[in-house]
Amino acid sequence: MNKHQTTQKFSFKNLPVHIILIGMCIIWLVPTIGLLVTSFRPVQDINSSGWWTIFAKPKGAAEYQTYCASCHGDDGTALPEADLSDPNLVAQYKRSFTLLPSLNSEINGQPHMGSISVPDETQTANIIAYMKRMSGIDSSSKITLDNYIDAFTGYRGNNTYRADCASGNQSLDLYCDIRDLMNPRGMGRAFVNSLLVAIPSTIFPIFIAAFAAYAFSWMDFKGRQWLFALLVGLQVVPLQMTLIPISRLYAQLGLNGTFQGIWLFHTGFGLPYAIYLLRNFMGSLPKEVFESAYIDGASHWTAFRKLAMPLSVPALASLTIFQFLWIWNDLLVALVFLGGEHPVLTYQIGNMVTSLGAGWQMLTAAAFISMALPMLVFLLLQKYFVRGMLAGSVKG
Amino acid sequence: MKKKPSTETGIMHQKPLTPWMYLLPALIVMATFIVYPAFNTFYLSVRNNDNTGWAGTRCMAGQPCWGIFENYRYALTSTIMQTAFLNNLKWILLMVSGTVAIGLLIAVLADKVKYEPVAKTIIFLPMAISFVGAGVIWKFMYNYGSSQVQIGLLNAIITAFGGKPVSWLTEPQINSIALIVVGVWMWTGFCMTILSAALKGVSVEILEAARVDGASEWQVFWKITVPQIMPTITVVVTTMVINVLKIFDIVYVMTGGNYGTEVIANRMYIEMYKNYDPGRASAIAVILIIVIIPVMIMNIRRFQKQEEIR
Repeated sequence: MNKHQTTQKFSFKNLPVHIILIGMCIIWLVPTIGLLVTSFRPVQDINSSGWWTIFAKPKGAAEYQTYCASCHGDDGTALPEADLSDPNLVAQYKRSFTLLPSLNSEINGQPHMGSISVPDETQTANIIAYMKRMSGIDSSSKITLDNYIDAFTGYRGNNTYRADCASGNQSLDLYCDIRDLMNPRGMGRAFVNSLLVAIPSTIFPIFIAAFAAYAFSWMDFKGRQWLFALLVGLQVVPLQMTLIPISRLYAQLGLNGTFQGIWLFHTGFGLPYAIYLLRNFMGSLPKEVFESAYIDGASHWTAFRKLAMPLSVPALASLTIFQFLWIWNDLLVALVFLGGEHPVLTYQIGNMVTSLGAGWQMLTAAAFISMALPMLVFLLLQKYFVRGMLAGSVKG
Repeated sequence: MKKKPSTETGIMHQKPLTPWMYLLPALIVMATFIVYPAFNTFYLSVRNNDNTGWAGTRCMAGQPCWGIFENYRYALTSTIMQTAFLNNLKWILLMVSGTVAIGLLIAVLADKVKYEPVAKTIIFLPMAISFVGAGVIWKFMYNYGSSQVQIGLLNAIITAFGGKPVSWLTEPQINSIALIVVGVWMWTGFCMTILSAALKGVSVEILEAARVDGASEWQVFWKITVPQIMPTITVVVTTMVINVLKIFDIVYVMTGGNYGTEVIANRMYIEMYKNYDPGRASAIAVILIIVIIPVMIMNIRRFQKQEEIR
């Protein structure tokens, strides 16, 4: 492959390119960053200010800078006899009006504020708030893990899980220990359920598809071309087309709401694409390798196990990632075949949004819990993911 | 060149049954979970609600009746389904053109810079998350506060410039577009990746020759690059059309199909699992597959052509 790129060093001729591209990247990133930041903010902050204000200066910082910093310094320690970062000193000023008189009074015969005008009451209140934060009296953090704890444990109260447990007011189904991580309502349990659905539903179809793909690649039989063309067609059959008959069938067999049922369904739907992708890969392996093996007396079974499978590892990896992410992110099939019996992550979040009306603190944390694993898998194994996508066509 | 020589010449003559041993598990599972249910859905779509008679028995005196196709009368003529068709059309037009155009733009631009992998990863990242997760992300972006403080970024920007906040998800017309934006955000990465791979395959010699002959970058792009990657663009467009036709999760999570945002797949879900009406739900599913069949045939044709070249 010849080098196609016309990579250049930064030049002003390329400036529009950089602006558009970087602008696009920012637009694409900002929504996710908003979710991530929000999931770490305390609930009252989330509802009273936009998530972007977390990057802004804290309340009162501007007033402090205007009225106090010239003498007391940016960190409040410039005048040792009136160290504003000293908690004991700050504690004297309970309310802003107790600070105001001292600002109006004189120090050593000079006005306290010198030539600077004295701040009004609201500004003083902000300065006090800022001093409390500086001195450590006000330790209420801008960042909290409570949302994640509440989401994992499925907390449904008006306070937080930690606060309820500390005061002993927790609801009856909470133990306030490690067992709450497996609370049926929580995202912790849903995470485990998602894994229980996704892992077998990834392995089964790939295992079965490998055999079929080998047959399509290295065996000669009647109707091979015809059958494979049918397979290409099956790839685009919409899921919706099969939901109703299968749920009726499952109702008779008692498979609705069971893991076995959803494994089987995902296996069925994963197969056409899996076979297609694996066959394209296996079929393009060097035929000399297989020929010499056959001449040496290897059976198909040996060739399959010792040659085709090991050589197809890159394709198998692509397929595994693809199928895993697809099932992990699926809502419809989980909704229909598992429902509330074994709620998975997508089901729980969908429920929170549509019927429970959960607050943003819970929703954002829950959404990020569900996104963390696929994002990690994608970032680490991007190469295989992209390769699988390029080799395949439609997944449905 | 015909087919693959290895199998053509039959290096290894297996017993006639051996291939079927390898194929059987896959064939049985696919027959059970795709082929049989697909035919069964056809059958159910002409049956009445509890599968005790033909759909014609649902007809009511004095009202129009399509006999055995009574369920299709609902699926094709009811107001809510017509809204759904119209919306799906909107989705196809805007989302397919949006993802392909932006995807191509980013693929072309990224090709010219050093941080190409980073830029592409960022655009591609939404592909890794679920529609449900994306729904939450964007519901927050679209948040509409009745009070002064806007915690949704879009309305905060609008009010910062002195505008009036918009209720993105309930305002008719705007809300469908708002949902489509989420779809574009998620799927642009897919189009970009595939188109980018195609761009790298365009012969540099031809491009250089055109440039030497005095063609502008714009002309080179439209007269040489685009025609060369046209087959790939077709694949991407057909894939996206199928994806968009089946769109469900975004609508289900963000509006539930209310406020005039209904789409076919969501309607099917509601008919089946909220209204318990398998007849109507099946009819909607059949319509979905009928729309997809032409694409399916195109795919098979394309595959057969590829096989001939092999």
